[in-house]
Amino acid sequence: MKQRLDHSVSLSAFAHLFSEIVQYQSTRIQTAADLECRLEECGHSVGLRILELLSHRERRVKHEIQIVGALQFVSSHCWKALFGKVADSLERSTENENEYMIHETFPVTNQYVSVPPDLGHLNCAAYIAGVASGILDGANFSARVTAHTISSAEDSGDKTVFLIKFSPEVIHRETYV
Amino acid sequence: MSASSKSHARIGEQVWAKMPKINAEFFCLTYGTMVVQLMKDFEDVREVNKKLESMGHGIGMRLIDEFLAKSGINNCHDFSETCDVIAKVAFKMFLGVGVDVANWNADKTACSLLLYDNPLNDFVEIPPNTNLLYSNILCGVIRGALEMIMMKVDAFFVRDVLRGDDVNEIRVELKERMVSEMDDQYKEG
Repeated sequence: MKQRLDHSVSLSAFAHLFSEIVQYQSTRIQTAADLECRLEECGHSVGLRILELLSHRERRVKHEIQIVGALQFVSSHCWKALFGKVADSLERSTENENEYMIHETFPVTNQYVSVPPDLGHLNCAAYIAGVASGILDGANFSARVTAHTISSAEDSGDKTVFLIKFSPEVIHRETYV
Repeated sequence: MSASSKSHARIGEQVWAKMPKINAEFFCLTYGTMVVQLMKDFEDVREVNKKLESMGHGIGMRLIDEFLAKSGINNCHDFSETCDVIAKVAFKMFLGVGVDVANWNADKTACSLLLYDNPLNDFVEIPPNTNLLYSNILCGVIRGALEMIMMKVDAFFVRDVLRGDDVNEIRVELKERMVSEMDDQYKEG
């Protein structure tokens, strides 16, 4: 396989492509939630492949068996490979034990996007959420990941939080390791 | 390689160095997932090819603005210079790959762009005996962008590595130069 670690394309090319994807998907949906769902589906298949690619290339023989390990792999290792930086933070929800959060101030998919009023709560980072869930699924941590916008009090603009909700069996398995 | 072609290559390098970048694999997998989606949604491969081209057309129409703003390229004297700029500056600037121009016809109205390395193709295999033009979006981009600068062209794949050829070749044919239609009242008098 060709070594392409240093290979890149311009962010504009990606932004143009992503915008076409969003436009295409938005012709076949009713609500913003549908659109997010479809973006998540797209992302999911990419996530599975990213996991395979990274594992193969870096000869990762070790498998993460704990939730925290798997999440750290996603938020630092994969994030770095995909976006050139680690995620801003990784937190555990205080309310539900099966929920975790990855914070990202400025996800790459939202860079050139302004959401029209009729799709009020749309967050295009749903695509990245899909990628994250694909990576976790591939690593046997089945989870639903969703992207949410949080308006921050300061003038730094909106933040995106990826809410990761693990399936009950993953949480159950965790008690054995 | 002519002198102007060399300087275009240099401009291409310079602009490319300044562009914000993203992982090429993420880009190519994203494109892949879109093509897969289209294949599921449309049953006919020809429809998919057409849809990819029209998506590219939309991109091209918007991309030309960014291209002109960032590259600082001025008017081209003739179509052959235009093609050289597409190959050496535009492809380099957006996809980071070098492209060669070849096979001019006698009138200098048609040429081929040879893509030795197409970033969209990574990890891709297409089923045998399908007529899918996997990277057809690129043809649309070229057509859309040139349309915005008053050139009507046809762009289509003639060779594709994914279909067993040794190089990717996009044929670009100039059909006509459009004349801007402007009402008299807007003309400078």
